Amino acid sequence: MSLRTVPLSYVARNLWVRRVTTVLTAGGMALVVYVFATVLMMSEGIRATLVATGQPDNVMVLRKGAGAEINSGIARNQAAVIDSLAQIATDGQGRKLVSHEPVVLNTLPKRGSGKPSNVTVRGTSDIGLALRPQVRIVRGRMFREGTSEIITGRAVAQGFAGAGLGETMRFAGRDWVVVGVFDASRSAFDSEVWGDSEQMVQAFRRSAFSSVVFRLADVDSFDAVKAQLEDDPRLTLEAKREVKFYAEQSEALATFIRLLGLALSIIFSIGAVVGAMITMFASVASRVGEIGTLRALGFRRSAVLSAFLGEALLLAWVGGIMGLGAASLMQTVNISTVNFQTFSELAFQFRLTPAIAAQSLGFALLMGLVGGFIPAWRAARLKIVDCLRAA
Amino acid sequence: MFLLRLLLKNAFRHRLRTLLTLVGLVVAISAFGLLRTIVDAWYAGVDATSSTRLITRSSISLTFPLPLNYAERIKAVEGVSGISWANWFGGIYVTERNFFAQFAVDAPSYLALYPEFQLDEADKQAFFRDRQGCVVGRKLAGKFGWKLGDTIALRGTIYPGTWRFTIRGIYQGKDAKTDEQQMFIHWQRLADGIRARVSAGPSGKADYVGVYVVRIHNPDDAPLVSQRIDALFKNSLAETLTETEKAFQLGFVSMSETILLAVQAVSFIIILIIMAVMANTMTMTARERLAEYATLKALGFPPAFVVKLLFGESLLIALIGGGLGIAATFPMAQAFVKAAGTLFPIFQVSMLTVALQALAALVVGTVSAAWPAWKMSRIDIVQGLRHVA
Repeated sequence: MSLRTVPLSYVARNLWVRRVTTVLTAGGMALVVYVFATVLMMSEGIRATLVATGQPDNVMVLRKGAGAEINSGIARNQAAVIDSLAQIATDGQGRKLVSHEPVVLNTLPKRGSGKPSNVTVRGTSDIGLALRPQVRIVRGRMFREGTSEIITGRAVAQGFAGAGLGETMRFAGRDWVVVGVFDASRSAFDSEVWGDSEQMVQAFRRSAFSSVVFRLADVDSFDAVKAQLEDDPRLTLEAKREVKFYAEQSEALATFIRLLGLALSIIFSIGAVVGAMITMFASVASRVGEIGTLRALGFRRSAVLSAFLGEALLLAWVGGIMGLGAASLMQTVNISTVNFQTFSELAFQFRLTPAIAAQSLGFALLMGLVGGFIPAWRAARLKIVDCLRAA
Repeated sequence: MFLLRLLLKNAFRHRLRTLLTLVGLVVAISAFGLLRTIVDAWYAGVDATSSTRLITRSSISLTFPLPLNYAERIKAVEGVSGISWANWFGGIYVTERNFFAQFAVDAPSYLALYPEFQLDEADKQAFFRDRQGCVVGRKLAGKFGWKLGDTIALRGTIYPGTWRFTIRGIYQGKDAKTDEQQMFIHWQRLADGIRARVSAGPSGKADYVGVYVVRIHNPDDAPLVSQRIDALFKNSLAETLTETEKAFQLGFVSMSETILLAVQAVSFIIILIIMAVMANTMTMTARERLAEYATLKALGFPPAFVVKLLFGESLLIALIGGGLGIAATFPMAQAFVKAAGTLFPIFQVSMLTVALQALAALVVGTVSAAWPAWKMSRIDIVQGLRHVA
């Protein structure tokens, strides 16, 4: 038998003997890992929701410098110039795949609590629907052109008063009948209300559209289209790939949540590291005699060091798994908050990715390593004679 | 006295362990205070409101403007004693990171409605005379090193183009609750600018205002006056929604409710973490002193004495840690404000926060000692004496 390493079972049994202490220490770490993982999952959920909203071959045109659809305005004559672009794709019937969309924020009461919150109302058409293949009508039917019919996103239908199928919503001086509910595959459209473009322009007394969305016949022609639009002296517009546009919309909120969460996790981890250190120091102190015996049997200093370090890491691993397990339960929770870049409600879910799981466990092990190193170092440095005498 | 000395001696018998526990406590208690202060800062806009001011806005949403001619009609409503209006300008100073609020206001009436923005009389007149002028808050001017007479350029997001303003005044807040990070420009300048440029933005109409600020004689009449104003414009092209300034500000806060709830939840989690750490310390302490407690009992001390010893020690450590943690909160809050930039105009550690911190320390100290104290009071003397720590 090689005396280079202390068996793992010795390490594990030490933790088991002091169950209360082990559970308390691992519990502290689990809470830190829980916060760490939840925050990353939230940030990832927001990002994934908005990124899924964009299509790679769609182009979004806004007024220059507007940044968000609600700030933007594109007059009819400008929209007509965009329509005439040669690079726009056509559908099977030869219609150009371009949609003029008024986008307005509407303050509506939530279902149940009646608290007002901002909902994005978008005017579009069946071409607008075709431009977003991720949007499928799951109940009811599409609205008819030229009527006060609307369809609502899944999150809106659940979250807002009167937004369910067959119900009526009142805004902009009209009653709008919900004739369909659509599922947008967890993209930002789930938090929107869609109706006929021209009807919305009239109801909200707009003179202009907010954005123009079109599909490129050839994905690579984007730069040419962008140059053509932005160099046109008649237009003060800006063209962006839809994917990039929505990624930018999520940036501020996702970054804010991630930074806040990371700062908190680091502060919290100090507490957990202290806990691990206390436990490991006590573990060393109560086993001075054992350490002496191990050394007298021929185990090297490095073996003792790695045994105690292993104990700390195992402790952290247990905490990490507990925390991650609790965090993974969060995946079933649907939440919504207002994205302050667009000022409108955004529904999303916590998303656990393998990368986040790895980061969380890595973070736990790091806490164990930091907390366990000094006690393990001290254990390894003890003199055999002193140890045996102390015992 | 004897008990206290024994407690102190006991608490610092394992110097390293107690020190580590204290570090954990200080971090947890100060982090708890900081998080609570962040939540408070979110509500700062609500605290600074006046009960004699109402806000009238479009019933569709804040992004829809109201016609200017509503001003005269609202003024005539019974119970209204003054009116002014403001538009959110939403300009960017150099980069998006330098966020601060800019309002295009009807200056004379607006400043009359907001006496908490205190301005030198000469500066005020200079601002009224100069249509290109602006007034900024003291903190804002300090942050960017602005002086009277400086010209600042803002890139408009709602109102396209680059706009230049000359600083004619720097206002001071009446008290700590007043936001000193706002900027006021002339509404008329905005209207002229819109007329001059061909713009098709959603707010691209010249004679429109974002919100009306209405002063009322009697705060108790607020609901009644609100109803009267909204009834006036019912079924018109632009229906209104009038609410107290407080409700209006609360509406903003509730938008980020989810995040606030998360921050609050997390502030309690850190207390739980430190409770686990502290409970662990006390459990280990008790286990090591098993023989000692058995000796005490053998000497005739009642079980209650052992319980007292453990609770006393735990509370002593918790209170020292809590005290240091509270003391550390203030410099931490200051550092945080520096790092956060203009994000939080008001950032103060409130007395309630300090009281809650102290309470949290007390609870941590009590809960941590509960389990070991219960166990130690029940030990069997013979077994305890036999036990080798």
